[in-house]
Amino acid sequence: MTELTLVQAVNRGLAEAMRQDADVLLLGEDIGTNGGVFRATEGLQKEFGAERVIDTPLSECGIVGTAIGMALYGLKPVAEIQFLDFIYPAFDQIVSELSKFRYRSGGQYPCHVVVRAPYGGGIRGGLYHSQSTEAFFCHTAGLKVVIPSTPADAKGLLLTAIHDEDPVMFLEPKRIYRSVTGEVPDGDYRIPFGKARIAREGTDLTLVAYGAMMVPTLAAAERLAEDGLSAEVIDLRTLVPLDEAALLASVEKTGRLVIVHEAARTAGFGAEIAALVAEKALYSLKAPILRVTGYDTPFPYALEHLYLPSEERILDAARQVGRTG
Amino acid sequence: MANATLTPDARVSSGEFDLPPSAWVEAYRTMVLARAMDERCLSLQRQGRIGFYVPLEGQEAAQVGCALALDPKDWVFPAYRELGVALVRGVPIQELLDQFIGNSGDRLKGRQMPNHYGYRAQNFVVASSPLGTQIPQAVGAALAARRRGDAVVTVAFFGDGSTSTNDFHAGLNFAGVYRSPTIFFCQNNQWAISMPRSHQTMSATLAEKAEAYGFGGVVVDGTDLGQVYRAVATARARALAGDGPTLIEAQVYRFGPHSTSDDPKRYRSDAEVAEWRRRDPLLRTKEEIMKTPGWTEAQDTALWTEARSRIAEAWKAAEGTPPLPPTSFLDDVFSERTPQLEHQRRELLGLLERKVVHE
Repeated sequence: MTELTLVQAVNRGLAEAMRQDADVLLLGEDIGTNGGVFRATEGLQKEFGAERVIDTPLSECGIVGTAIGMALYGLKPVAEIQFLDFIYPAFDQIVSELSKFRYRSGGQYPCHVVVRAPYGGGIRGGLYHSQSTEAFFCHTAGLKVVIPSTPADAKGLLLTAIHDEDPVMFLEPKRIYRSVTGEVPDGDYRIPFGKARIAREGTDLTLVAYGAMMVPTLAAAERLAEDGLSAEVIDLRTLVPLDEAALLASVEKTGRLVIVHEAARTAGFGAEIAALVAEKALYSLKAPILRVTGYDTPFPYALEHLYLPSEERILDAARQVGRTG
Repeated sequence: MANATLTPDARVSSGEFDLPPSAWVEAYRTMVLARAMDERCLSLQRQGRIGFYVPLEGQEAAQVGCALALDPKDWVFPAYRELGVALVRGVPIQELLDQFIGNSGDRLKGRQMPNHYGYRAQNFVVASSPLGTQIPQAVGAALAARRRGDAVVTVAFFGDGSTSTNDFHAGLNFAGVYRSPTIFFCQNNQWAISMPRSHQTMSATLAEKAEAYGFGGVVVDGTDLGQVYRAVATARARALAGDGPTLIEAQVYRFGPHSTSDDPKRYRSDAEVAEWRRRDPLLRTKEEIMKTPGWTEAQDTALWTEARSRIAEAWKAAEGTPPLPPTSFLDDVFSERTPQLEHQRRELLGLLERKVVHE
């Protein structure tokens, strides 16, 4: 075990995968000599060489398109998109190509690329360094969508992603890249997809979150305990595949659900969770489902503290449902 | 009419990279088969027996010449008009006709429109409809092959319209930077649906775009089988020698519509088509073959008869092949079904059982 930040855990995960398997290689902008703008790939080019940690021209479409070709041939490329906000030039390659290769070929051409991208707000990054658009990818059949919230999960889920057989969008909560630290196992270990983490057990209400939102959500749960409300906190870890069983079991137990994400509310992933609970656990509910989310605006710069769900907002919503029923 | 004058770049080296005389008849046979497929499939589409078709008529020499210069180990990244390439690579017409119907014999399991096929056994990567996306993919596969130490080149097929896409720029730029063993084979068929080549770009040729990416581009007469073969064989040897990628612009003409969904009379003149038909690649190739001692008109007729009967037979088998199992469209989204997909599969089975929906 080693105490690491989340971004260091990503780095160790990449290094571990590359040591194990010569087919694993990285490509992206500024990831080699510079070690990545967030230092996620620090030292890797030195250890593995420029043929495996490839600095690319400034073209997201080129990065993902090239990674797809490498994967079709049998390599295991991990593409870095510098910020999720800049992924759109590669959107066609991801949505039209990467996600559909296995399907459209009748299974002849699996296409396993991991696309890593830092996402989310709270770093004073404004419109184009803050977005949380995971729902686009969840809505695209054929992509797995993974969002870790702890250093240990970041490494374990990343190793699973790299050894998976399907395309994986690996979205890293950059707001907590350095602010969250934790014990991380050394060597190789895999955290399975589709298994949520019960971050805190409780009986009165369920709080569901993922990624950077786990921090204010857990803090809110702590405050709720002081009020005498026992909140269960679920970290989804992977949105696709989704651990429906863990979600439904918790709601059946508590009867109250608050969903937290920093993405805009309309058609955000919270809507999917709410619909699922309405379909499969409606009669367990003692109160309306509430969503604490970003607003339906582009991501604001100066007032981002009001846009982002905070401990206080989560607490407010939790108290509303906690008093109901 | 669009300018088909060749630049001096077309004079690629000859001799070492010439299509061997013995290969001409076989090449011609494949070209005839491709055109006979067009003939039959356009008719099947009009009868409503297949849903859609993309003809290649006019581009046979470019495709067959290019494909013959490749090794079976090389990887083809096609667009959706590469029937001639598929035939040279050895894709059986039965596979193609099954794909056009989307029956249970379709290796792609009915997932795609006609012409959007791919066959792993022939290193013929599965096509898609978005234009140009295969170009950076071909570069990635070439880099992977080089990393593995394989003597393999990749070939990206696309048309004049695709040279305007983001992916064309990204792909050629990456290829230049990494000197990937890739051939960019552009069939400039003069029309991107209704947009003429003259309006697609102000570049004098498409091939000259390669220069900006730091490698060579050549223009060839795509109706001349020998010239295409020579250009591709040369580019392949260069790629394998580590001399990087090549952009080849094969100037051809699409005699038919873009697809069965458009009427070219709306955007181009009969006179233009007639002018290009004088350079029909099948006629040009036949003229060459007629120089072969002992080759007769009767042999030519026999080739056509053979092609048509092979197609008729394969079509009969394709029509007699049962449809796909109804839940098969829920497979191959991932390597394994997610719980959500499994749930949806059971939902569909229930709907079928209750006869809410029908096979």
